[in-house]
Amino acid sequence: MCGISGIINLAQHQPISSNVLKRMVSIQNHRGPDESGAYIDDHIGLAHSRLSIIDLSEGTQPIHNEDKSLWIIYNGEVFNYPEIRQELVGLGHKFYTTSDTEVILHLYEEKGINCLNDLNGQFAFAIWNSKDKTLLLARDRVGVLPLFYTIQDQRLYFASEIKAIFSNRDIPRTLDPESLDQVFTFWTTLPGKTVFNNIRELPPAHYMLISPNGITVNKYWEMNFGSDKEIFNKKTDDLVNEISDTLTDAVRIRLRADVPVGTYLSGGLDSSALTETVKRKFNNNLRSFGIRFENKNYDEGSFQNEMVNYLGVDHSEIVISNDDIAANLEDVLWHTEKPLLRTGPIPLYLLSKLVNQSGYKVVLTGEGADEIFGGYGIFKEAKIRNFWSKYPDSKLRPLLLARLYPYIFKDERLNQTLVAFFKSGIENPDDPFFSHDIRWKNTGKIKNFFSGQIKDSTKNYNSYSELLKLLPDNYFDWDTVTKAQFLESLIFLSNYLLSSQGDRVAMAHSVELRVPYLDHRVIELLGKVNSEIKINGLNEKYLLKQVFKNRLPLNIINRWKNPYRAPIHRALLSNNLNLIKEYCSEDELKRTGLFEHSKVMKLINKLERIDKASEFDEMALIGIISTQIISRIFIDDFKYDFDESDKFDLFFDYRSVNEKLTNAV
Amino acid sequence: MSRVNVVKEFIIENFLFGEGEPLGLDTDFFDKGIIDSTGVIELVDFLEKSFGISVDDEELIPQNLSSLQKIDVFLSKKLAQKVV
Repeated sequence: MCGISGIINLAQHQPISSNVLKRMVSIQNHRGPDESGAYIDDHIGLAHSRLSIIDLSEGTQPIHNEDKSLWIIYNGEVFNYPEIRQELVGLGHKFYTTSDTEVILHLYEEKGINCLNDLNGQFAFAIWNSKDKTLLLARDRVGVLPLFYTIQDQRLYFASEIKAIFSNRDIPRTLDPESLDQVFTFWTTLPGKTVFNNIRELPPAHYMLISPNGITVNKYWEMNFGSDKEIFNKKTDDLVNEISDTLTDAVRIRLRADVPVGTYLSGGLDSSALTETVKRKFNNNLRSFGIRFENKNYDEGSFQNEMVNYLGVDHSEIVISNDDIAANLEDVLWHTEKPLLRTGPIPLYLLSKLVNQSGYKVVLTGEGADEIFGGYGIFKEAKIRNFWSKYPDSKLRPLLLARLYPYIFKDERLNQTLVAFFKSGIENPDDPFFSHDIRWKNTGKIKNFFSGQIKDSTKNYNSYSELLKLLPDNYFDWDTVTKAQFLESLIFLSNYLLSSQGDRVAMAHSVELRVPYLDHRVIELLGKVNSEIKINGLNEKYLLKQVFKNRLPLNIINRWKNPYRAPIHRALLSNNLNLIKEYCSEDELKRTGLFEHSKVMKLINKLERIDKASEFDEMALIGIISTQIISRIFIDDFKYDFDESDKFDLFFDYRSVNEKLTNAV
Repeated sequence: MSRVNVVKEFIIENFLFGEGEPLGLDTDFFDKGIIDSTGVIELVDFLEKSFGISVDDEELIPQNLSSLQKIDVFLSKKLAQKVV
């Protein structure tokens, strides 16, 4: 995995200096510490930092085609590259490396933009056609890897991380109030948006063409859960076998690497199933890595130990304390580049450090199984509330929620008040956001903490309307659970799980994550399965359990699903008041102008007073502190430092005038 | 301060962090998401301590607790029982 960055002139020729590219490479060097390379001509500069995983000796980028008219910089892995390469060789293409990067370039040469349909992998890349002066930027189907861009002074800047764009001093850095509205509703920004004004993300499954005729952005693949052709309405052995075979192959091709590949093992169904597949089918000497918590309320150690003993994997773990959460929050936000309403990314940031220290660069992880196979509590909540909506006065139907959230309903005295809480919106089951409205409205109350200034600038903004524009045409025909699955995948999967809690905290320590459950063949196959089979009654991920029922301990198959969470209240308050003093003082809040001091103080005073914070209070606390930190480290105190003496390991200079002569900056 | 205003102030301070605007006498706390499950415990704890009452398990129902008005009626009832 790697970091890419570049600058293209959109109008007249402006010299591009190699130092500007070096700065962009340097600031995201954690993505690719092994090598760097660049290409510059009169129109464009492309730069690359490499984490070598495939073709360790020859894969240095940029890579070109036979006549050096096409150039590629690429972050990611295409797992089916050996098969594609063989076809291309048959068609007469000549290769000078054994890397997957060169395969993409020749496939593009052969098929143009349609090459994207053939790629099975996770990627963000740029291909420059120096003949017709066209740049292609593309991103994988579900957004495993990041790609951001902005246009400033007739130039388009792009990079794997926003900080590389900001390393150009001319780019303004301000927070976008509408994006903050989105974060404090959906837990993250919507696809395409970042929290910074004018900094855009190329959404998953999209490509962008920048040519002398203009700029176009198009979608090349749709995550379609409601495909109306060939729907599987019942569970058959054939279906379970087909899922099993597809998953096994998704794992098999993701083990392709010239370095060893490990797994993350939490003790949950998804990572256990994945680790079992790798260990039993492909690699008997498997290394696995896991997280433990000092605080027993968050720890899954018993399940993890059970799996380690069951499979006999060589397992390493880290134990996370409350202090670890507070001590690493600022570093993690430097990598996530957006505020957090959860602290879950911090343990994963520390886990990737352990992976790196263990000499590993690649791990397979279980992300995506909940979205694709139907695992989340919110899907079942939607199902129950939909069932309840048919008889809103039923006393029994809402009590199914107690089976779903035993930890919330554990105090039986509160059952009736809890039922009242979940009844909100029950009269309108056709609402497009029926499944998520309670969650989003509850989160949205954090916007009460916004300063008058932020409230003013968002008073006419409605993030729900923005989301409506992103829904596919047939969305309204889908059932409640399918709609919920789509919303979860569109928003939370790509913009939080795979980024803030995925790629960004893994690449912080130069570790590549690979996600077999998000192989597009798996997604497309499960897209054809009726949601009633995915969640059988209230039994989540029913088909995945069917695949693994004889391959995993029954304890793991039948265990209660706990959402992965990390401490907030005790981590940020009891042990470490410094962060609050540092970022939420009256002066700091005035300086950023984002939140109202008196309200923030009321929240902090309350949290200091009480033993058990509500989910809302915890979200508000971490949301406010993390936004304050983002504002400090990216807006007010952004670090530009880089070592100008650094040299590219590979440098193709095709500029008509050398910068030594022009002193271009 | 009237009884209902004492409760109102607690709710504004504790659940709305000073933002009193959305809170009318008949605003439904659960429907509007003002109070969640943990909040109910905080609210009952406050009522018991401030008014010297004891709330029974079977009284923890929305009919008694879901708005300022309902709480006021509930408190009248409980305080009357106390006097007797």
